[in-house]
Amino acid sequence: MRKLRASLCAAGLLTMLSAGSAQAASQDEMVAMGKAIYLNKSKGNCVSCHQIDDPDATQAGNQGPPMIAMKQRFPDKRLLRAQIWDATVNNPITIMPPLGKHWILSEEEIDAVVEYVYQY
Amino acid sequence: MKIIKNLTIGVGVALTSQLALAADSGFTMATVNPEADRMALQNYFKKRFPEAEVQDYINGIYAVDADSRAQWEEIEEFPPYEFAVEEGETLFNTPFANGKGYADCFENDGIGIRQNFPYWNKEEGTVKTLEMEINECREANGEEPLKWGKGDIAKISAYMAWTSRDQVFNIDIPSDDPRAKAAYLDGKKFFYAKRGQLNLSCANCHVQGTNIRIRADLPSPQLGHVTHFPVFRSKWGELGTLHRRYSGCHKDSRSKPLKPQAERFRNLEYFQTYMSNGLVVNGPGARK
Repeated sequence: MRKLRASLCAAGLLTMLSAGSAQAASQDEMVAMGKAIYLNKSKGNCVSCHQIDDPDATQAGNQGPPMIAMKQRFPDKRLLRAQIWDATVNNPITIMPPLGKHWILSEEEIDAVVEYVYQY
Repeated sequence: MKIIKNLTIGVGVALTSQLALAADSGFTMATVNPEADRMALQNYFKKRFPEAEVQDYINGIYAVDADSRAQWEEIEEFPPYEFAVEEGETLFNTPFANGKGYADCFENDGIGIRQNFPYWNKEEGTVKTLEMEINECREANGEEPLKWGKGDIAKISAYMAWTSRDQVFNIDIPSDDPRAKAAYLDGKKFFYAKRGQLNLSCANCHVQGTNIRIRADLPSPQLGHVTHFPVFRSKWGELGTLHRRYSGCHKDSRSKPLKPQAERFRNLEYFQTYMSNGLVVNGPGARK
């Protein structure tokens, strides 16, 4: 019985550990995915309007604000996500497409973009 | 001298306050006032780009962006549309099978009349565009209509614009037919309404977004938008009509375009051209 409990504990620990590392990996993956979406014209195409301090984001437009001080501007990450999902809530005539509301990006893709820009 | 100075300031202040009064007139038949809208639009751009002359808006983005203007002026030195205008002239002067020609269908034999299009046709109860009447002329004389977007129709239209250069646009919205104002209002609503997956209105890019970069591109100002059509676009490598451009604009913003010469597109052209009243015809033009 004791043996069983010990092995169960070990298995649990192992699961927790591996889950932890999986999450760390997925954070990097999320950022990479977010970056790809940010730069891809047929995806988010965020770069067409928002400058970002990433050497790959060349010829960025400036219709929208640059992606700087994101943590200060959006202490609550969920508000940043909401802004990407549907910017017309805050400004009905904004030029920014409602990326979630109009199914331009999937929910997961929006999460990824949030992770990418939240680094800046 | 001081008196003159004071007088000048006085007149200036009076003008400015008058201009300030000219606000956009809204989106209902009861309030909409095309002339107030036109003034409001001019004032908007005067405020945004104080350096630019109103008359220079016929040159689109080059009226407000000095960098790209230099490149464009070089292009205009040997205009890429030159041959198309010559071909247009030949087409215009080639008689139909019945011996008649385009000149028989238009006022003043079709020369120097571009500034009167589009216009409200009371009998037909609709807005008529130049391209529309070119094709109607063909059909009335037993010829097949031309395709709307490019090719011969754009060349003929370009030649007709060429003969009208420097004529002042003077689009009339006759007050004795409320349907004319309704058509204007419909065009105005279309211009300001958001549509398509990207949820963009024409105004998003061509009023608010003018001269602000979308990637490396600068959207042109709505004021003077239509004066240089048909246009030779480097991207197309050929001439195209205004409605071809409308179509492309829709696709870029992931919106399903209407058919060329659809009623709403003609209403949009009516509204846009009215906004450019007082500016001169400079078609065909060259753009990126």
